[in-house]
Amino acid sequence: MGSTASSGDRRGLTTDAYVADGATQTAVKILVVGHFAVGKTTFIGSISEIEPLSTEETMTQAAEAVDDLKGVRGKTTTTVALDFGRLTLSDRVVLYLFGTPGQTRFVQMWEDMARGALGALILVDPERLADSFPVIDLIEQYGLDYAIAVNHFDGNPERAERALREALDLLDETPVVTCDARNEQSSAAALTTLVRYLLDRAS
Amino acid sequence: MRAGGEDFEFEPADLVRAYIITKGRELPDEQQLSLITLVTATPEEGRRLNRLTPEEQRLLDICSAGYLSVAEVAGHTRLPLGVVRIVLASLTESGHLMTRPPVPRARNADKELLEEVLNGLHRKFG
Repeated sequence: MGSTASSGDRRGLTTDAYVADGATQTAVKILVVGHFAVGKTTFIGSISEIEPLSTEETMTQAAEAVDDLKGVRGKTTTTVALDFGRLTLSDRVVLYLFGTPGQTRFVQMWEDMARGALGALILVDPERLADSFPVIDLIEQYGLDYAIAVNHFDGNPERAERALREALDLLDETPVVTCDARNEQSSAAALTTLVRYLLDRAS
Repeated sequence: MRAGGEDFEFEPADLVRAYIITKGRELPDEQQLSLITLVTATPEEGRRLNRLTPEEQRLLDICSAGYLSVAEVAGHTRLPLGVVRIVLASLTESGHLMTRPPVPRARNADKELLEEVLNGLHRKFG
């Protein structure tokens, strides 16, 4: 956790900011997606070995201006922040977790994010289910396998899970886990569930 | 992109600066410098002796103590990702950096990688 991100320092990074066995490792990535304020950054922060970093990309917002020809002339740009963290898993594999916002209009960013990703963990708040529909659509559109991590279930968990599966129109095999994104063990368990599922799908 | 520059006043200041940093070069091939491509500085003898821009020097310095992903270089320098990719591509071209792109996805490779990821998660979190 000792990385210093001060932009003024030329050599301000401590050794643990670097990938430990970078010369032998392959980097892989998993997306942590969900609607605004569902806990993506918290999730990444709870299990990342580095202080989560953020990178900004300037995006052209095309989709919303398409219908308004007058609007196209002054093409609007917006900045999307991607939060990400890192987990060194062995001397062969280093895993990056990218927290990806669910807005459908950032097409280019989604292509960059989805390309080569092992899969996606979709964070869902049962009280804002409708906000998760566009996110799930995007993940399916890019052909990524995914698991659902729900922040809590009120009342009878079995009944709540059945209702959620129905509402989100999930396949029977799609894993659904409850996850407290603030808790390292809980986040790790959700990630493990996803990876086990991805492995089943690959076998 | 813009020949006359008549819209110049509408450009945000940081975008103009980004253009200067990248010297107007285009984005490199995504496969070569993806978000998770790992980069590090090469030993000095293999390098072309060209003068580096301040940003090239700054990125090279950050990459000189070990491997970082392209995303991490952007995160640490707080430069936009697109700018970082272009500057890193230029440093790679002149022999200052070497890159380790992620393995292309294939079903068999995936299975092995996923097993490694799963075992790693078990080791780390029990």
